[in-house]
Amino acid sequence: MRSKIVLALGLVGVPLLLRNLYVILFNLPDEMEQGPVYRIFYYHLPAFFAATLCYTTAMVCSILYLVKKSARYDAIAMACTEVGLAFAAVNLITGMFWGRISWGIWWAWDPRLTWALICWLVYFGYLMLRKAIDDPTERAKNAGVLSIFAYVSVAITWKAIEWWRTQHPGPVLSIRTGEQRIDPAMEQMLYVNTLALATLAAIFVITRLRQEEVQREIDALRRYAHAL
Amino acid sequence: MSEPAVATAGVWKYFGDYPALRDVSFALDRGECLALLGRNGAGKTTLLRILAGLSGASKGDVKIYDGVVRASATRARIGWLGHAIGLYDELSARENLQAFGALYDVSKATIGEWLERVNLAHVADSPVREYSRGMRQRLAVARAFLHGPDLLLFDEPFTSLDDKAIALLQSLLTGVRAKGVTIILSTHQIREAMELASRVALIDRGKLAHFGPRTEEMLGDPGYIYRTFGTAA
Amino acid sequence: MRTLRHAAAIAWKDLRSELRTKESLNSSLSFSIVVLLLLAMAFDTGSEIVTDYGGGILWLAFAFSSTLIVNRSFAREMPNDCIDVLVASPASGASLFLGKAVAAFALQSGIQLICLPIFGVFYNVTWWRNPWQLFGVLLLGGWAMACIGTVFSALTVNLRLRELMLPMLMYPMLVPALLASMTLTNYLLMPGAMPPDFAQWLRLLIGFDIIFTTLALALVETILVR
Repeated sequence: MRSKIVLALGLVGVPLLLRNLYVILFNLPDEMEQGPVYRIFYYHLPAFFAATLCYTTAMVCSILYLVKKSARYDAIAMACTEVGLAFAAVNLITGMFWGRISWGIWWAWDPRLTWALICWLVYFGYLMLRKAIDDPTERAKNAGVLSIFAYVSVAITWKAIEWWRTQHPGPVLSIRTGEQRIDPAMEQMLYVNTLALATLAAIFVITRLRQEEVQREIDALRRYAHAL
Repeated sequence: MSEPAVATAGVWKYFGDYPALRDVSFALDRGECLALLGRNGAGKTTLLRILAGLSGASKGDVKIYDGVVRASATRARIGWLGHAIGLYDELSARENLQAFGALYDVSKATIGEWLERVNLAHVADSPVREYSRGMRQRLAVARAFLHGPDLLLFDEPFTSLDDKAIALLQSLLTGVRAKGVTIILSTHQIREAMELASRVALIDRGKLAHFGPRTEEMLGDPGYIYRTFGTAA
Repeated sequence: MRTLRHAAAIAWKDLRSELRTKESLNSSLSFSIVVLLLLAMAFDTGSEIVTDYGGGILWLAFAFSSTLIVNRSFAREMPNDCIDVLVASPASGASLFLGKAVAAFALQSGIQLICLPIFGVFYNVTWWRNPWQLFGVLLLGGWAMACIGTVFSALTVNLRLRELMLPMLMYPMLVPALLASMTLTNYLLMPGAMPPDFAQWLRLLIGFDIIFTTLALALVETILVR
């Protein structure tokens, strides 16, 4: 059942990614001020959305774990955080490339960059904590608590850092600005590519989840063996 | 008075996918003394920790004097003594008892009484670090009895104690049992436990293999219980 | 009420045993002085820079020394399994947390009060321009560190690499509070009227304290009952 879901997602996601890549590279026009480099934005922003989606799912699943104590939610939270970190890394790295070309520097201590980095470190700490705890129940519980703290802290950091003067380009999507600042074709592509990356993220999460379940089974068998 | 002192119903405890306790159900009446037997890793400590509220059951229901364990009022009625003594080395005996007593609203006079009773009054103000093993253990016993608990949960109490402390603990346990205090102790030292116990439970790989009154056969022959009720030889 | 009484008992016990051994106090105090010294070498202390970055320097020293304090917070309970006795007692997880956080906060504040004049001497700063507001900021920022630090002390207490894990987890999460404390301290070290965003940063710091204290009180029982 689950492998069928992965297959179905793959059949939707991979062609969509390829098609988007083609359209982004060959069909869409260059942006007026930035020229061709703006195209990295089609991966930069959707990767951010995918990461945020992952972190939010992780937080919700952590709460569900603490309420229901079902190991499944913990596994989902863990898988989502790992995949979220990968997409956050894509977001950070594409951003750095763009910064090198547009601003002339790889890294600026710009609020959003700083925020993205802090966010990455916070969730990296989550994975470190998981690695350090051997007992699965204890690990799930402590990681669940940390995930909630991480999400709240990341949200507050976002607010704190917005008050700094920023050189990062402001919001462009019409749902945030309330007006049409970019070409509708470009905006549409952002959404379509977000969908494509989100599909990819879902495939990763499900695959990681399966690994985790096999791992748990092995651990349990090992414990049985020791008890005998 | 009719409800049991300790009642568990279908208690499971998982560590990951591994069930450390499997469907443990029993009811222990007030004033009984239960000896909890089982091999290392069978789940004795896990069960005691769940009864003391140090650990939550994954499934099932635990009632202590008809209350849930994590209710503050229930825990006030429990006395706990684990593998370790549970005392601060840098504080004196008096300060230790005061620190824990404050959580149970124990008066200064009671603390003084207990220091006398475990024969530590003369050194009550020197730090526990300077105590001998036996003195530390006597203080630990006093700490567990300090607030006059209605249920005593002792994990391997005899293993780490010296002769004097064992004698003290046995006399204290016999004393409080006469007043209707319920006792559960897990132990390897079958002989000491059997003298006190009125009920015996055997845990085998997380399952409650036997729960029943202590019989005469058990007194003389330490291997009897394992042979009769255990699954593995 | 009971929670507060239990918390006071725990805090009192913690302070008493810390004052007796002075394990974390000594290391924490000397470490914060070392940090102040090293940063004095990194910066040109004679220049205007110090008035711009004084808050940053001060709070870096505080943040470093704070981990040494909170590290001991739950670690103190590990020898002899005292933590089991506390969790099995009628004291709730929330009162345990509160007591420990207050004790850590008190120790931290002591160190901050010693560091402040040393900072003034090392960097030639007139730090007493707005003493009451400055103490207010120390209070709010210090509580943020004590609160987050104590929760993470409970989270990491059973780990082998506890001393390394705690700062790894703590600092990124403390960013908003540290940022606000540094900015506010800078403002208070400068002569003249407060900039208009003073109130905004203050609100952020207070909000941070309230949100995380609430979260900690709600979740600490889950952490402690294994």
